[in-house]
Amino acid sequence: MTVALRDTPVTPDVVAAHGIRTDEYDRIVELLGREPNFTELGVFSLMWSEHCGYKYSRALLSEFPSTGPQVVQGPGENAGAVDVGHGFAVVFKMESHNHPSAVEPYQGAATGVGGILRDVFTMGARPIAMLDSLRFGALDDPHVRYLFRHVVRGVGDYGNCVGVPTVGGEIVFDDAYAGNPLVNAMCLGLIRHEDLMRASAAGPGNAVYVLGASTGRDGIHGASKLASTELSADTVESRPTVQIGDPFTEKLLLEATLELIESGAAVGVQDMGAAGLTSSSSEMAARAGTGIEIDVALVPRREPGMTPYEVLLSESQERMLVVARPDQEPALMAIAEKWDLPCTRIGIVTDDDLWRVLEDGEEVCRIPVAALVDEVPRYVREVQEPSYLAEVHGSMPDPDEITRIDPLAALEGLLSAPTIASKRWVWEQYDHHVQTNTILGPGPAGAALLSIKGTPGALGVSTDGNGRYVYCDPRRGGALAVAEAARNLATVGARPLGVTDCLNFGNPEKDAVYFQFAEAVRGIAEACRAFDAPVVSGNVSFYNESPKGAIYPTPTIGMVGLLEDVEARPRGGGSPGDSLILIGRDGAHLGAGSLLAEVLGIVAGRAPAVDLDAERRHAEIVRELVRGGVAVSAQDVSDGGLAVTAAETCFGLPAACGIEIELPEAEGGPHGAMFGEDGARYLLVVPAERRDLARQRLDSGAVPWREAGRVTSDGRIRFRDVGERPREELERRWRNAISDRMETMEDER
Amino acid sequence: MSGVPIGIVRFPGTNCDQDVFDAVAAIDGALPVWLWHKETALGGVRGIVLAGGFAYGDYLRAGAIARFSPIMERVIAFARSGGPVLGICNGFQILTEAGLLPGALMRNAGLSFVCREQWLRVDSTDTPFTRHFRPRQLVRFPVAHGEGNYVADDETLDLLEGEGRVVFRYVDEAGEATPLANPNGSARNIAGIADERGNVVGLMPHPDRAMSLLVGSEDGREVFRGLLEAAA
Repeated sequence: MTVALRDTPVTPDVVAAHGIRTDEYDRIVELLGREPNFTELGVFSLMWSEHCGYKYSRALLSEFPSTGPQVVQGPGENAGAVDVGHGFAVVFKMESHNHPSAVEPYQGAATGVGGILRDVFTMGARPIAMLDSLRFGALDDPHVRYLFRHVVRGVGDYGNCVGVPTVGGEIVFDDAYAGNPLVNAMCLGLIRHEDLMRASAAGPGNAVYVLGASTGRDGIHGASKLASTELSADTVESRPTVQIGDPFTEKLLLEATLELIESGAAVGVQDMGAAGLTSSSSEMAARAGTGIEIDVALVPRREPGMTPYEVLLSESQERMLVVARPDQEPALMAIAEKWDLPCTRIGIVTDDDLWRVLEDGEEVCRIPVAALVDEVPRYVREVQEPSYLAEVHGSMPDPDEITRIDPLAALEGLLSAPTIASKRWVWEQYDHHVQTNTILGPGPAGAALLSIKGTPGALGVSTDGNGRYVYCDPRRGGALAVAEAARNLATVGARPLGVTDCLNFGNPEKDAVYFQFAEAVRGIAEACRAFDAPVVSGNVSFYNESPKGAIYPTPTIGMVGLLEDVEARPRGGGSPGDSLILIGRDGAHLGAGSLLAEVLGIVAGRAPAVDLDAERRHAEIVRELVRGGVAVSAQDVSDGGLAVTAAETCFGLPAACGIEIELPEAEGGPHGAMFGEDGARYLLVVPAERRDLARQRLDSGAVPWREAGRVTSDGRIRFRDVGERPREELERRWRNAISDRMETMEDER
Repeated sequence: MSGVPIGIVRFPGTNCDQDVFDAVAAIDGALPVWLWHKETALGGVRGIVLAGGFAYGDYLRAGAIARFSPIMERVIAFARSGGPVLGICNGFQILTEAGLLPGALMRNAGLSFVCREQWLRVDSTDTPFTRHFRPRQLVRFPVAHGEGNYVADDETLDLLEGEGRVVFRYVDEAGEATPLANPNGSARNIAGIADERGNVVGLMPHPDRAMSLLVGSEDGREVFRGLLEAAA
């Protein structure tokens, strides 16, 4: 975008260049009662973009459950919050930074972390943990390695500097993301209920301040241009629309914001994130039912000659909008000075319901607040099931083709597939200990477990999502993402409290994508209801398409749960003679699964069927066995089925241990039982002396289960009547798959 | 609240301050006290901890700007007068920049930030912070840093070893200082050192993150117990 002058005429070409449809433009004229000027047009293009206004998604998102006795703050604020007892609440949200990361991976990922941190501490909560859900193309592609390396470094450098531990997440490598990686960051914060701050510009006559960094030309149109259109060959030219992060300033802003909220030195605080000053000021006014007047000439700049258009649309990082009463101003200024942060008065709250922008006292914009925030167009589209689904469902390979696969060779292949392999290379670059709450960090467990200081409890957190399932079966895939997150929480003994989500899809103006989105949302909504896990915050990222096509539709679910007593956490360990108990039926479903994708290189069939009632009952009994110490550890059975779960369970045992698994007789070979990805299943390690206890409990629970094997002392991973491998050999493949590639192969920018 | 006041210095960008505060508070008889970087007096504290983080953003060089802050002048005088001073991670970097400890901490040999559980061997029990350990005892503190590669010239390294001032070394589970056990390329696997008198110790690993079995280790308690006794 060329430098915008405020008197640029608004022609149809200019309107189109802002991504505003003709009918939308007509509506703007109707709302204003006149034609917008150039600056106002830019403001509408931001506020009515999908990224800020959710025009394609809002109607469907209303299907999500969002209430419950535990909900302290539902959707609509900077982040959601749920009660964790003892006077505390957990504030959390997940957000995408996909396109910026595709264009400039280090800064894109870093500022994604910065943005989500601000969403949480804006509410008054001290951030206590981050999780990152990442998707890249195949790791053998040198450009993918470049993106992966720099995204990981960007996430790490930012979080490490601010002092918030990165405790978990997931990473998937698949060609579907080659042209459009996904970077979703989730942040959790802890707060006492009474300190919760809302982002509202209440009280006409109160003053409006910018706290933090000065405003530059970075990130102009990030929300509308970068986040709300497809990536194209010349998107790299969009580098200037990617913001630059400064984690040191963020840390100061964090401390200053928490201090001013705690000391009652503000009425409302809002992060200046996507769409910067424009969205923060208009949304604060909308929430309070007030108007707001800002003079852009008062906003501290880092570059000379910026137009009102540029100041309003800048996405410069590490800035907050603060509203304070006159009597609060001295305290606000003292806190800003303590933390060496500029704090500048730029406007005032009014009672005229108008969003007014001045430059040196001269009016530049005059728009009803409601026109920007409440009048965003909403599109609900009627679309048919896309034809590719029937093709995918009908293209399962011949049973013979599967029978011919050597199961042990397949297991080796799966364990060394980067998606399944150990992610140690990644998480060792993240500080996952700081703040000393991390009981279970990244690595061994399916979910992170964090102590909640000041209470006897602990938080379980997991992020999950399987884009291939959603591609093959949008509704099931959506539900399965929630189910897997709930399973992961169950393995650490935690009960679901709430969900945040990041819905990463292609271009919703295309029928197939809209269908995927609508169906996946329904699947998520159904599963969240089943688990009593309301969706309290989230984010939609559309237009994840590159010249290589759309990504797999990839909703990422971030689930937060509670273990009421930290003493009931799983203790890990295990020793020869311990039982391996499979909860749930033996597997059979290979459709849309890892065996087909990673070993045969095909994507075919339906995703596993979803039985939410079984999911709920099985999770309950696993939680009970873990909390009672009957099981010392539990893993859910997911990617790669029982075989991969068993191997990973073995890698978590003391060094000399092996495992032996018995498989049911099955026509056509052991593949279904070994690699099937049927849902509601877990593998538990139960010490020999508690075997009878487990048996009693399971027999009374009407849950299908069997003793699937035991821990051995011979250091081998054995599938009875199928074959075996030395644990060390499989573990080496699993441990080194990613680090070998990253340490020995060159990148390409 | 009463107890022996232990000062915890907060620079802008310090991020392990609360962890150290909690660690000090966990020792009976110790009273943690904040020391803001703009302050020009120590307010009667009897011991000082420089906590980890990224003081002043670690711009220029880790610890390079922090040493010029007003509080550091007082910290340096306190250390020179024999007061117990412990520098953890970024705090260790600041102590070397301030000239209280020899050598420097460079970018990790692998060039990446590294965060992991780490075995250490206590090679000197002749400091207030390690007197409760047995000689050559193995302890587990996490490491988390990008610039922890300890370097000094051979003469200095020989001197440190000769005078028993290498306090902690990175080792494997068996207590051997192997290259594989070295997370950052530090010379001679050095993880922590003392000044001539032993009252100033800096180390890269985090005893403040090893205060409870809930997070994997409580070996750090002895470090803070020793600090309290030296301060009392």
